[in-house]
Amino acid sequence: MILKELSEAFGPSGHERPVRQLILEAVHERVDRHEVDALGNLIVLKAGSGRGAGGRQPLKVMLSAHMDEVGIMVTHADKDGLLHFDVVGGLGSRTLLAQPVVLGDDRLPGVIGPKPIHLQERSEREKLPKVSDLAIDIGATTQEEAEKAAPKGTYGTFATSFAVLGGDLRTVKGKAFDDRAGCAVLVELLGKEYPFDLWAAFTVQEELGLRGARVAAFRIEPNVAFALEATVCDQLPGDEDRSPITELGKGPAITIRDRSVVCDPRLIKHLVRAAEAEGIPYQFKQPGVGGTDAGAIHLVKEGVPSAVVSVPSRYIHSSVSLLSLVDLENTVRLMESALLRLPDMWSTL
Amino acid sequence: MEVVSFLRDLSEAAGVSGYEEFMRELVIGQFGQFADEVRTDKLGNVIALKRGDTQGPGPCIMLAGHMDEIGLMVTQLKEAFLHFTTVGGIDPRVLLGQEVVVHGRRDLPGMIGARPAHVLSQAEREKPLPVDKLFIDVGLPREELERLVRVGDVVTIYRRFIELRNGWVAGKGFDDRAAVAAIAFCLSELRRMRHQWSVYAVATVQEEVGLRGAITSTYQIMPQVGIAIDVGFGLTPGQPEGESIKMDKGPAIGFGPNIHPKVHEALVKAAEALEIPHQIEPVSGPSGTDAWAMQVTREGIPTGLISIPLRYMHTSVETVVIRDIERTGRLLAGFINRLDETFERALCEQPRVGEAM
Repeated sequence: MILKELSEAFGPSGHERPVRQLILEAVHERVDRHEVDALGNLIVLKAGSGRGAGGRQPLKVMLSAHMDEVGIMVTHADKDGLLHFDVVGGLGSRTLLAQPVVLGDDRLPGVIGPKPIHLQERSEREKLPKVSDLAIDIGATTQEEAEKAAPKGTYGTFATSFAVLGGDLRTVKGKAFDDRAGCAVLVELLGKEYPFDLWAAFTVQEELGLRGARVAAFRIEPNVAFALEATVCDQLPGDEDRSPITELGKGPAITIRDRSVVCDPRLIKHLVRAAEAEGIPYQFKQPGVGGTDAGAIHLVKEGVPSAVVSVPSRYIHSSVSLLSLVDLENTVRLMESALLRLPDMWSTL
Repeated sequence: MEVVSFLRDLSEAAGVSGYEEFMRELVIGQFGQFADEVRTDKLGNVIALKRGDTQGPGPCIMLAGHMDEIGLMVTQLKEAFLHFTTVGGIDPRVLLGQEVVVHGRRDLPGMIGARPAHVLSQAEREKPLPVDKLFIDVGLPREELERLVRVGDVVTIYRRFIELRNGWVAGKGFDDRAAVAAIAFCLSELRRMRHQWSVYAVATVQEEVGLRGAITSTYQIMPQVGIAIDVGFGLTPGQPEGESIKMDKGPAIGFGPNIHPKVHEALVKAAEALEIPHQIEPVSGPSGTDAWAMQVTREGIPTGLISIPLRYMHTSVETVVIRDIERTGRLLAGFINRLDETFERALCEQPRVGEAM
């Protein structure tokens, strides 16, 4: 299944090529045009079959999902043959300790090894190390050897493999569900037909500030946009009296407002109606958390009415995340229903 | 004997202290190829005997490496997640984001997670999360979880063996399965050599929770010499040099109160004679290994300690050099090959009145 390949593909922000290639192979026969822009966004057009609904202009819909994942970049090798690095996107040392990584397109294996507990002072145990205190061990013993194997600037990702955990929710685990899950949904949606021009943007560098989406939207000039994401699913027991941000198994999550965008209420209503018409479960994401490509898209040119639909995913931005295939499939169904019903409500926009 | 594949099998198998069944099968399968007899004892130690040339009852040496690993145990089902405690010394900072297997009614793959960073206060974000703020998630709803998991179920870290460069490998449980592999290598080398003393190769249990397997196995065997093979802190930048041994420079031969000086001397002599790269490891107090228990069994046992250099101890990415494991096995075989009556007498040598201090 494509989610497995997408999850295991190597694509930290700034180096999305392997993911782009994979997606291009998967969709090129389903679309009428594809192009890659200056930043590396993959923009594809699926021309509408039949006329779009009437109104001021023909309907031009943009769907976006970002190809990049959080990762690391080698900064230098030290005299002992260990590699030091920076993080790419939102990663902290908290989730890097004792993790295997792969470096470069050749996926050179390495491990981020922490100091053994036996040798730590009490004060060390109470703090998190800084990323600059960590190093990747590839089994090299000299600076020259390490530099040759992974020169400055080499990208890296976690080495997590995809697997099915099963159960009623058909949960799966893997890295980079943020946002390969969104990419998987978008690839699926491109397999269907729509009565309007559908532009799909597989964007780059979302994790560095929604950068690919901004230029892709400028190029496409959509009238309406949906960002497809994987979003924080925090159901772990906590002390505060607050409902979870989203819950696994409760269906696609519709964003009302996050830190980057206040979603267009008309589109939210439309999504809800589309869900209820087909009996598709859905939930609302707790407001105020996170940011997505819609944050950039909705402010392009004179503005674009935008919404965000996400697959709930636990432990995003760490080495291994978890989601339910039932939720993923319902996300595809919800979007399909919403898109097919879009022309009718479009005239009111 | 292929060290890499045996180490891979040992490392990937689940065997937390007290729950070493799968380890036993693997070890019996491997030791059995080189030994005359293999049995297990009441605690689950695997004891293999390779007889020496001495006719009838004679001196014997015991080699011990522990096959248990540190792990976790379920303490509570909370909603659809599991609270847990550690078995053996684990740094909670290295648990977040690790994949695990919960050994419930069936083996359930899962991961260790926590609340996302943005729900924590700024102060909390800079500190590591203690074990009680971590949860195991196997991706099942509560009803299914209840049917499959209960308090007390053992949890192991899931880590596939990783081959790095230059014969360096990384994985979980190399403490102390690297030693079990070294012992197997020693037994395979002994098939090409003569040795007078009999050899008891023991894969001990429950070392991580108090050297327990070593206590009972040494008692049964009553060896003339006992050597514990464990892992030592491989030198890594940022680690005190005084507490470390060098990677890829061969086994470290321990010296200190836990080690009989004549055993130390004989090990060093064997290494030098056979030109096996080796180092000396000063151990000023308890060695934290089976040697500490072996030494005070019955009326006392002359003990030795060999440490295999290992980085990132007690994490899921422990790293060793395969060459160091082979050198350790070869050193042990060479040492055993040289054991004779002279050495036996030297161990029991009594001081004479009037001799110089």
